[in-house]
Amino acid sequence: MIRYLGDQLARLGHTGLRAIAHIGRAHLLLIGILGGTPSMLVRPRLLILQLYNAGVLSLLIILVSGLFVGMVLGLQGHYVLSQFGASESLGVMVSASLVRELGPVVTALLVAGRAGSALTAEIGLMKATEQLSGLEMMAVDPVKRILTPRFYGGLLSMPLLAALFSAVGVLGGYFVGVGLLGVDAGAFWSQMQAKIDFEEDLVNGVIKSLVFGVVVTWIALYQGYDATPTSAGVSRATTRTVVHSALAVLGLDFVLTALMFGD
Amino acid sequence: MAKMRTVEILVGAFMAAGFVALFFLAMMVSNLSAASYSNGYAVTARFDNIGSLKVRSPVSMAGVRVGRVESIHYDQDTYQALVTLRIEPAYDRIPLDTFANIYTSGLLGEQYIGLDPGGDPDFLRDGDQIEHTQSALVLEQMIGRFLFSKAEEGSE
Repeated sequence: MIRYLGDQLARLGHTGLRAIAHIGRAHLLLIGILGGTPSMLVRPRLLILQLYNAGVLSLLIILVSGLFVGMVLGLQGHYVLSQFGASESLGVMVSASLVRELGPVVTALLVAGRAGSALTAEIGLMKATEQLSGLEMMAVDPVKRILTPRFYGGLLSMPLLAALFSAVGVLGGYFVGVGLLGVDAGAFWSQMQAKIDFEEDLVNGVIKSLVFGVVVTWIALYQGYDATPTSAGVSRATTRTVVHSALAVLGLDFVLTALMFGD
Repeated sequence: MAKMRTVEILVGAFMAAGFVALFFLAMMVSNLSAASYSNGYAVTARFDNIGSLKVRSPVSMAGVRVGRVESIHYDQDTYQALVTLRIEPAYDRIPLDTFANIYTSGLLGEQYIGLDPGGDPDFLRDGDQIEHTQSALVLEQMIGRFLFSKAEEGSE
């Protein structure tokens, strides 16, 4: 009986220590990535390639989902607001929910699924095929050469993608609200401009998406760099990237919202 | 490096589109284009009851927005609310004896301050105080007064 309890305690301790070791390695990796910033600025081409991978290649999914999310918000918002005779406030509802919440959060989830998983698989495979060790053999630091440009590529793409998502979404809400449902166009824009504040809504939304950009690319890079160098290990790391990023984004979103808007 | 050049062009287009989207959100969606609170002049007004007036509520004259409520404090000495209004610098000819009322936009809308101009030849300047004010209409008080007068009618 005592022996069984001891085994269970040992297992709990082992899990706890492993989790702490994970967190520690992730932070060491982040410090290494940030330390590579100067050497990346010397070669801006590497960053441009990663902006292409994380930003340009995510454009299609971001623009299409932004448009449809905005259109759905227009339809649903009109249904609720028209019951109170306040369908002119549709613009406020669509833009507030997009700029404050849906823009940063949905963009982060989509980028985690499209770009984050690709990052993990790429780096995991580099590790499995010993390309990272090969770089080290040539006295090239793989963290600085491979990870740092990818980190900044994801970090810088995120707010731009979120802004595109929100802008296209507002236009989608405009098409549905004004074009289909007959809300007055002047009231749609003027109420929006009266209620949406530049600093409180827009700047906070950009801060949110910057935080999400850091978190999503960090998780993706760490999972790839820490993956077991087998095909099964890489596939598990890719899954973990998507799951952990989604959980981190949604959890952090609550904390950030409570800090920014919860007064 | 023909391929690198297309990549560079595409990244440039992506970043330009992102900044255009941010600019669109700032100008069309948010109130940045109409924002000029930091400049302009401040006048104060005392109200017995401000209802649900909030900081940043509009201040309007003849229905046109001329400024915003900058701060609301409670004055312990006079038991009144001290409201600071920030008026845009373009509107610098508001008479000294202007009347400040708290109105409600629509039946359930938000409350705002409406200025009714007086006839004084001198104009309000930075730091002045509006003397004539009227408190917000509180619905419960109105209903109470109405019931009270009805009851008085009945007893006669």
